[in-house]
Amino acid sequence: MEAYIRGIGNISPQNSWDNAVFPGEMVLYEGNRLKCIEPDYKEFIKPIQMRRMSRTLKMGVSAAGRCLRDAGIEAPDAIIVGTGLGMMQDTEKFLNAILDNDEKFLTPTSFIQSTHNTVGAHIAVMLKCNKYNLTYVHENISFEEALLDSLMRIKEDPSEKILLAGIDELTDEYFTITDNAGFWKKDIEGNSELLKHSSSGSIAGEGAIFFVVSGEEHPGNYARFAGVDTFYKPLSDDETESFIREFISSRGLEFQDIDLLITGMNGDNEGDNVYRRIQEKMFPGTPTAYYKHLCGEYYTSSAFASWLGAMIIKTGSYPESIIINGLRPEGAVNNILIYNQTNNTNHALTLLSTC
Amino acid sequence: MGRVVVTGMGIITAIGNNVAENFDSLISCKHGVGPISYLETSHKGEIPAAEIKLSNAELAARSGITEPDFYTRTTLFGLIAAQQAFDSGISRYDIKDNKRTALVSSTTVGGMDKTEKYYHDYLESDRYSRFVQTHNCSDSSMKICDHLGLRHTNITISTACSSSLNAIMFGARLIRHGLADRVIAGGTDALSKFTLNGFNTLMILDHEHCRPMDAGRKGLNLGEGAAYIVLESAEEASKHNKEILCELSGYANANDAYHQTASSPDGFGPYLAMKGALDMSGLKADQISYINAHGTGTDNNDLTEGLAIDKIFAPNIPPVSSTKPYTGHTLAAAGVVETIFSILAIKHQLLFPNLNFRQRIEEHNFEPIKNLQEAEINHVVTNSFGFGGNDSSLVLSKY
Repeated sequence: MEAYIRGIGNISPQNSWDNAVFPGEMVLYEGNRLKCIEPDYKEFIKPIQMRRMSRTLKMGVSAAGRCLRDAGIEAPDAIIVGTGLGMMQDTEKFLNAILDNDEKFLTPTSFIQSTHNTVGAHIAVMLKCNKYNLTYVHENISFEEALLDSLMRIKEDPSEKILLAGIDELTDEYFTITDNAGFWKKDIEGNSELLKHSSSGSIAGEGAIFFVVSGEEHPGNYARFAGVDTFYKPLSDDETESFIREFISSRGLEFQDIDLLITGMNGDNEGDNVYRRIQEKMFPGTPTAYYKHLCGEYYTSSAFASWLGAMIIKTGSYPESIIINGLRPEGAVNNILIYNQTNNTNHALTLLSTC
Repeated sequence: MGRVVVTGMGIITAIGNNVAENFDSLISCKHGVGPISYLETSHKGEIPAAEIKLSNAELAARSGITEPDFYTRTTLFGLIAAQQAFDSGISRYDIKDNKRTALVSSTTVGGMDKTEKYYHDYLESDRYSRFVQTHNCSDSSMKICDHLGLRHTNITISTACSSSLNAIMFGARLIRHGLADRVIAGGTDALSKFTLNGFNTLMILDHEHCRPMDAGRKGLNLGEGAAYIVLESAEEASKHNKEILCELSGYANANDAYHQTASSPDGFGPYLAMKGALDMSGLKADQISYINAHGTGTDNNDLTEGLAIDKIFAPNIPPVSSTKPYTGHTLAAAGVVETIFSILAIKHQLLFPNLNFRQRIEEHNFEPIKNLQEAEINHVVTNSFGFGGNDSSLVLSKY
């Protein structure tokens, strides 16, 4: 199962909107929260529509529009979205209204827009796209599930052009809730210091990242998704290792074919130790990277890793700050393995290769 | 493409805590709609619903859960229904190797019941922070996997009221692509203040017992529940000499692309979903013996679903019924609940009535089934349509 990446639209805390500027200067943030650099939405949304749209929806619709334009297509054959939390802003608004007014004086708008499938649905309405439409909502592997569906569809019909997304917004309330719950580091200077703190927690982030993927070769293709797989709660590191080994070998590759390993290290001591153990044992000579200092931690941040990997393969360049083991890729980067796990619970592997 | 069959099922709804109890209620026309007693809401006594008549503590005890507080009601339903499906389609046949058994689940609001309870506390301190992640839609999926000892692919889908039909579809594709030997597919949703008030502000809740497909319909009744089926290839099932409950012979997902909540005037999305599922099955419209309609009881859904049925099946429209007057609208679970009812229709060669029907909708060319009746049932279409125009249909066939 594989698919070419034909178009990209990325709204993130970095300067990712212009696909021509890569890697660009790293955008620095103070404290433990990274926010998306938002584009001018007017390019994609009429002012009259904008008024009722939440920030997630605005980011999603704009990134989708940008992505389709980049791919040179008007409407996709499927819209497949991964989102860990869905529409938090509208959910909070309706929930607060219920709790504050004892279930009285409610209006339906925020409820209507609170369902997890709202981004995919809204894009379908805007594009008048009656085709396949699905939303995956599984914490840190929501994007990989959407990718798995996309790769199955491309295998079923290689001519399909699929709009694939990973999107999550960090609202002020959800930041407060998760900050109270100890998700985020308390005394970090900023994102550039993420791996220098030996403590629990990470830094918060968000993003709206869209890809057009297709089974067809095309001169503008960035890279190729060459596989994705997930597994749940390994009983030991041995099981994790055999899962990774099987994933690589079943794609006809050897360990030395992996030119870059991108990990989801996020500064949380316990979680990062899982990556460290696997990296040291299985990939001691492989250049190894991380990316969550660039986009922050959020459920679909692995979509940012896929964007990063695709851009590295396409341009042959990479941001200096991502390398964590001192080893740098030499020559062409042909295969990138993205390893994403949280709390040793949901694990996912994604393979990106040259076209 | 290989044939995908159903070999197990589990269900908990307002009309029964397992498959046998649900079947008994269906054939004795016993519905589960009544005054709200378990959900803490100021609408008690004013809006009826189809609740499962068990407290969270009672539900937890049924699954041997010792720390019930940590489990949302959505998760507790899921554990019970998924366990039944697992027992009937997997452990009954003494299958112990579940390395390639996947779970594909679905829910609309996940653990909203806990979120509603602790939301203000979450904002003020860390006192109840350990519940924060029970809000996530994947919380119930992961706990079901823990409960059944599953560690393979573990998927959660959320496409509003069509969620669990999409879970079944995804499960079938995992099998066809050789990515799993068996899939437990379905969905779970508990009643919450969030959904009750949401549907109430949309003014689509009937304050009496709902009457789908009836000219005098006034809206839907919300329900709650969970259901799961076991899917596998026909070869895998016969290898273990399993009883095959039905074949999943067609499925399709389409989008109405019209409005976030209202369906297009002629039900184009529902038409595409039914048409797509029929096309995949290779069956002609006149080979369908029964349609289990989405039939929520809202003005908009029933009118447009009927028009789409008419467009595909006229002049020979097969018997149609909505079973939502029995269970209420169980949201994410609705698709799989009604899939199981469709399987029961095939298994027992019985058509279940559309309760409360009195008068045909003027624009429709058919009346739904009024009474329980015997019939030759070979192929069934079941529909689920949701907010966001997410429309899905399955074709289930006698094996």
